[in-house]
Amino acid sequence: MLDPQQLHDQLEQLASSQGISQWDMGATSSTDLSVQVDRGEPRQLKGAQRSAVTVRAWSADGRVGITSSTDLSADGLDLALRGAAEASAFGDLQEPPGLSCRSTEPTEPIERPIREAQPIQEMLSTLLDAERQLLGRHNSISTVPYNGLSERSGERIYLNSLGARRHERLSSSSLYLYARAEQEGRKPRSSGAVRLAHGSAELDVQGCIDEAAELTISHLDYAPIDTGSYTCVFSPDAFLDLIGAFSNIFNARAVLDGLSLSSRESLGQQLAVPFLSLWDDARHPANLGATAFDGEGTPTARLPLIDGGVLSHFLHSEGTARQFGVSPTGHAGMGAKVSVGPDWFEVGATPGAGSGDTSLDRHRADGVVWIDSLSALHAGVKASQGAFSLPFDGWLLKGGERRSIEAATVAGDIRTVLRSIVSLEGEPEVTPDGLCPHVWVEGLAITGEAE
Amino acid sequence: MSFLDSLWRQRLELLLGAGRAAGAELVEVFLERGDRLGVLAEQERVTSVSPSFATGAGIRVFLGAEQGHRDGFVSTNDLSEKGLLRALDQALGMLSLQRPGGNSSTLSSFQGLAELSDYGAGKQDWLGRCPGVQTIADRLLEGTERLEHHGQHLQARRGNYSRDWQEVMVAASDGTFARDLRLHQTLGLSVLAADGEHRAGVARRFGSTDLPEDLMVWDADGTASDIASSSATMLYADYVDAGTYPVVLANKFGGVIFHEACGHLLETTQIERGTTPFAERIGQPIAHESVTAIDEGLSPQSFGSLSMDDEGQVPQRTTLIENGVLKAFLSDRAGELRTGQPRTGSGRRQSYSFAAASRMRNTFIAAGPHSPQDLIGSIDRGLYCKVMGGGSVGPTGQFNFSVEEGYLIEDGELGKPVKGATLIGDAETVMPRISMCANDLDLAAGFCGSVSGSVYVTVGQPHVKVDAITVGGR
Repeated sequence: MLDPQQLHDQLEQLASSQGISQWDMGATSSTDLSVQVDRGEPRQLKGAQRSAVTVRAWSADGRVGITSSTDLSADGLDLALRGAAEASAFGDLQEPPGLSCRSTEPTEPIERPIREAQPIQEMLSTLLDAERQLLGRHNSISTVPYNGLSERSGERIYLNSLGARRHERLSSSSLYLYARAEQEGRKPRSSGAVRLAHGSAELDVQGCIDEAAELTISHLDYAPIDTGSYTCVFSPDAFLDLIGAFSNIFNARAVLDGLSLSSRESLGQQLAVPFLSLWDDARHPANLGATAFDGEGTPTARLPLIDGGVLSHFLHSEGTARQFGVSPTGHAGMGAKVSVGPDWFEVGATPGAGSGDTSLDRHRADGVVWIDSLSALHAGVKASQGAFSLPFDGWLLKGGERRSIEAATVAGDIRTVLRSIVSLEGEPEVTPDGLCPHVWVEGLAITGEAE
Repeated sequence: MSFLDSLWRQRLELLLGAGRAAGAELVEVFLERGDRLGVLAEQERVTSVSPSFATGAGIRVFLGAEQGHRDGFVSTNDLSEKGLLRALDQALGMLSLQRPGGNSSTLSSFQGLAELSDYGAGKQDWLGRCPGVQTIADRLLEGTERLEHHGQHLQARRGNYSRDWQEVMVAASDGTFARDLRLHQTLGLSVLAADGEHRAGVARRFGSTDLPEDLMVWDADGTASDIASSSATMLYADYVDAGTYPVVLANKFGGVIFHEACGHLLETTQIERGTTPFAERIGQPIAHESVTAIDEGLSPQSFGSLSMDDEGQVPQRTTLIENGVLKAFLSDRAGELRTGQPRTGSGRRQSYSFAAASRMRNTFIAAGPHSPQDLIGSIDRGLYCKVMGGGSVGPTGQFNFSVEEGYLIEDGELGKPVKGATLIGDAETVMPRISMCANDLDLAAGFCGSVSGSVYVTVGQPHVKVDAITVGGR
């Protein structure tokens, strides 16, 4: 267990002896267990005990230096602090990060259960059984090549010379099952599902098996699609992936660096259709990875990003907030140059503005492409340009019936997508990345392999 | 100063002996000390200097053939005797093994480690010979200044450098005992050009292995000029029309398509998973007869070269495909145990926190007889992919790659620039369609992410022609 008070006292003493008056530190410690199986046999069992510490020190003229290490011992902290002080000679004088003025604010702890890890043999037994059930769902499902059940328990702290002593613990578990199906004379098809929980005993194993089987079987009967312009309905996962890939729209750091699609003047401008709203909410009860504070010790909070289609706020660190004349929002990392990023999105209808065309229903749709999951976002998204061209798994809908699409890409511009949303269908669903309904978008370019 | 030296022998032999005494077929310990540095320059100033240090160990325990060579792997930052024993116990426990009581340090079933094979002996001064932060900063700022000089409409200019120095030691109960020092440096320059609604991002990255002074010979002006030229071209490029075309892939990083589409399917981890269509096809044609493909870890200073792999074995040159016929797979220790494919010195991992797996090193398609113009001249209407972006391959072998800089081919000549192209397909379909290879083989440094983390690799090829491939666009 990390002891924030002890570490704070240690660092204060070390800083004093090295003549450092301003410093901060982030540290994590975790233990992990994971299992994988292969056709009824354990494949690999893994465990890890990890620790990491990052220390920043400010020079007398306000430059910051940083050092990261895996050594949390007293000697390790001493070396890290010395390294940070030395690195501060090369710190940026023009835009140096500071300590967050909100790092000592009281913060509401996040109420969540901390689960003990199950014995690894029990985890193995659970996963072997899940694989067996999935293999038995259809005679074409020959393997579950990507599978895993993992448990993690960890803690993180943030301390600084203003007196901040943040500390939180977290336990989490994940299960993924990705099946491969093969039929004579046909291409292999694959699909899967993921479940998260605070501990493996709480995982919805059956739901994961059901979803992986249903999706895999649904892609067996596939056909190529004609290249053209289609109305598409994005699953919650797919739409959140897209929003996440273009989150530089909301990122004040990217705005200042000239890498965002937004500028300072974009706040208050129409970004999306009026019935679309978007929040970032690290503390949402459905967010299993919820954190109470960011890398600078700033408390996290729910923040509206798009309100009635209008860009309403940016995500901030201490440094970007200072430049914009606002308060830090709790979205900072920790670094010599502090990164900024979203936590957990909530996409929904603007209160009082409807949800677009309520007559649209993917279970009755015709000629519409249902995009279930996007892939290769790291390669196919040009975040600073707004463009994307991405392979996807999905179906062409005919009279509400799904027919799997053999291989295809969807391409467009995120700004056009946000203005071309025609409906938010159904209730928002919880995904690992956020909360979102099915989102209908018209006029997207689909490339298929139909002759 | 050496941290991992022969003084570790006794402690490692105790660990390995204890693991064997518990009933393990084989025990392997991987020790690592890392010293890394990242520097970022933006416009006219250095905005981040980030040193980091890490130490850790990964302990892997294998059961015998009758239990399918199952394994357990545990990593830890705690290199004390107690910490390592705790990790060993956890790895043994995963396989329902337990150290015997009493003096568990018995070497009765373990013959001891061989003489240390010290591949790092001549590399001791490498870290000290690397450039200091001020020199790195000066060179990066030279790069961003040259970008400003050559470029137009540049909204952001960035230069970044990273140095990864790694000291590793491998000890295994089969007697393997080896140590190495590794040095990888990368340098990148990038721009975002913007003019109204038009935007283009262009980046170039270079990497070297085992060359401490490499940064000093970098041609900042040439790189900046190349990037500025590409960004000026791509800024006003139209989106490519979707469809199925013949394409010509340029040399160097064009080789990423073979790496992703086919190379991964020739790793024994894919045989173990049942995710490669080539598992039973040694000796059979899997590609066009014009294709010969090689993976090796030997070329001096290439990004994927190694003195030893992460299992202590000397790397080899492996001919994967010869004139279209599948010749070999890339194999690590687990791959050899479980699939029977002989080890090729390809056991690699990002760090101590990953178990090694069969991974590519320097992978390339061999040169052919044609000139690049022969390939382009053979196409009436198609796409020339001058610079490839990233890509990935899925569990069914379906791959995708983005094209960063493309040009239409019209009547055998290069035409206007196009952007937004994505190439999609699968290896079984595309490999037989690589019908022409040019004579200009060249290599490029890259990173490969897979089961054992991100590792340094080289991809490469001459210009190659693919007769038909689906191009995603608008």
